[in-house]
Amino acid sequence: MTNILEIRDLHQYFERGTVNENHALTGINLNLAAGDFVSVIGGNGAGKSTLLNSVAGSLPIDTGHILINNIDVTYQSVEKRAKLIGRVFQDPKMGTAPLLTVEENLALALRRGEWRNFWSSGVKRRDRKLFQERLATLGLGLENRLTTDIGLLSGGQRQAITLLMATLKNPALLLLDEHTAALDPKTSAIVMQLTDQLVNELNLTTLMITHNMADAIKYGNRLIMLDHGKIVVDIAGADKKKLSVTDLLNMFKENSGQEMNDDAVLLS
Amino acid sequence: MAIGVYLTFRILDIADMTAEGSFPLGAAITAHQIVSGTNPIVATLLGFLGGCAAGFVSGFLHTKLKIPALLTGILTLTGLYSVNLFVMGKANVSLVGDFKTVLTLLPITDQTVAAIVIGAIVLVVVIFILVFFFNTEMGLAARAVGDNEQMSLANGISTDNMKMVVYMISNGLIALSGSLMAQINGYADSSMGIGTLVIALAAIIIAEVVIHHVSFGVRLLTIIGGAIIYRFIIAAVLWLGVDPNSLRLFYSLMLAVFLSLPLFQKKIKQRERRHQNVLNNSVRKEDQSND
Ligand SMILES: Nc1ncnc2c1ncn2[C@@H]1O[C@H](COP(=O)(O)OP(=O)(O)OP(=O)(O)O)[C@@H](O)[C@H]1O
Ligand SMILES: [Mg+2]
Repeated sequence: MTNILEIRDLHQYFERGTVNENHALTGINLNLAAGDFVSVIGGNGAGKSTLLNSVAGSLPIDTGHILINNIDVTYQSVEKRAKLIGRVFQDPKMGTAPLLTVEENLALALRRGEWRNFWSSGVKRRDRKLFQERLATLGLGLENRLTTDIGLLSGGQRQAITLLMATLKNPALLLLDEHTAALDPKTSAIVMQLTDQLVNELNLTTLMITHNMADAIKYGNRLIMLDHGKIVVDIAGADKKKLSVTDLLNMFKENSGQEMNDDAVLLS
Repeated sequence: MAIGVYLTFRILDIADMTAEGSFPLGAAITAHQIVSGTNPIVATLLGFLGGCAAGFVSGFLHTKLKIPALLTGILTLTGLYSVNLFVMGKANVSLVGDFKTVLTLLPITDQTVAAIVIGAIVLVVVIFILVFFFNTEMGLAARAVGDNEQMSLANGISTDNMKMVVYMISNGLIALSGSLMAQINGYADSSMGIGTLVIALAAIIIAEVVIHHVSFGVRLLTIIGGAIIYRFIIAAVLWLGVDPNSLRLFYSLMLAVFLSLPLFQKKIKQRERRHQNVLNNSVRKEDQSND
């Protein structure tokens, strides 16, 4: 079976060679098969975001290799890799261009990884139909607001659209970094539901960082826990289904020797 | 001019000093070509292309060499000063006399009317092309880059290339206006760019203060209105008997005032709302006491 994502011995340092040197990733090895939906958990500063940023290309890589679809992307720029990667950030403002309309944002996502010409119109009539269909599946009434500036929408609405944009072109890999953390519980649940639905429908290979233990258990077929820049737990299939929140907290304690002192965890 | 500046200023969020160099560059190239007997339309287009080249240099310095935008503009501007002298061979070139300019191409003898007609034609064409371009696939990408760079990268847009494209179009248009200015005034001068950026920014800000929230095309039109209002203000200042030598001081002061206007507008609105709030409150109290 071929791997969609292959990470080989990845190290990441911040301020290397100074007194503040921070060895943020200390040798990550990870293979994702097609359709793997992986929850990523770990305490603050464990290196989760650093891992995702390395895969996405927003952090240059010190040592190690990253392959997506068996293509070595270690030294590819973010915009080049974007051809293979769909991404949703924690901050709902980060995934969309506020001064552009809903349809313009979607049109940009529709040409991800392709050459953009300067003669045909950016938002095409046939695309509009597709956008309306996709927006209708959100059940947020956004299909009637194609020409609204995205900046005028709520965080939840923007995040839902970002998710549509990230999956519009069937990316080889979907990266989600606490993409529901900034939303209220109800909206957060809707966006999580939508995520699950899209990932299953399109059979997307996905890495999802979350601080919500219940979500981490409920969604996905595999779970990894990071601590001090290393993968310390990797559970898949039936074993993962049996997990409880208490199990996870215990595992965390065993591995890091401390309680997971995180509001989000305790509340969930 | 103002429209060219608008592109980098609002789409890329950069007040690009290159403008003060590409303006005389367009004038210099066109004047030199016209004196050498080139067709005035070709000469004007060459001026435009010269501006694009200047924009390319600034764009390259800023995006590929990561030099801050302000320094980039100063670098290119300083370099262009020499380039302009080199192009013209001397500090200024006169077009007065028997030379063919875009104005003399028209069957209109009155030079002022001819200038207005040419200006109008060029503006219509430029606005039409810009509105068209910024709604194409690439144009959307260019707008996204200025709006949200992270998102643009995540959607596979090469932000560096898009910035360079905007830099080039922007400075091309600024050079085009320099080129027309030289033909209308009848001379090109290496120092004619000084202070132009402030004037252009003032026109933009006036337009934005007077009318907010409009589509891209309408905004370009309002900028022309802003430039005309600005001219009137300057004319009024001169008419009031202000020493022309202190004019540039006035330009700066005025821009500072215009730039701070949005803040005051907001403050005034907030005060109105607060006032309204207090009123509502007292009305409510009265209602209660009436009960
Ligand atoms: N740009 C940066 N410069 C310097 N250090 C950084 C940078 N980004 C992250 N770090 C450090 O790297 C380590 C890992 O950070 P990272 O953001 O990956 O943690 P995380 O697991 O995502 O945590 P959280 O749950 O709080 O989001 C931390 O010690 C952090 O301080
Ligand atoms: Mg993080």
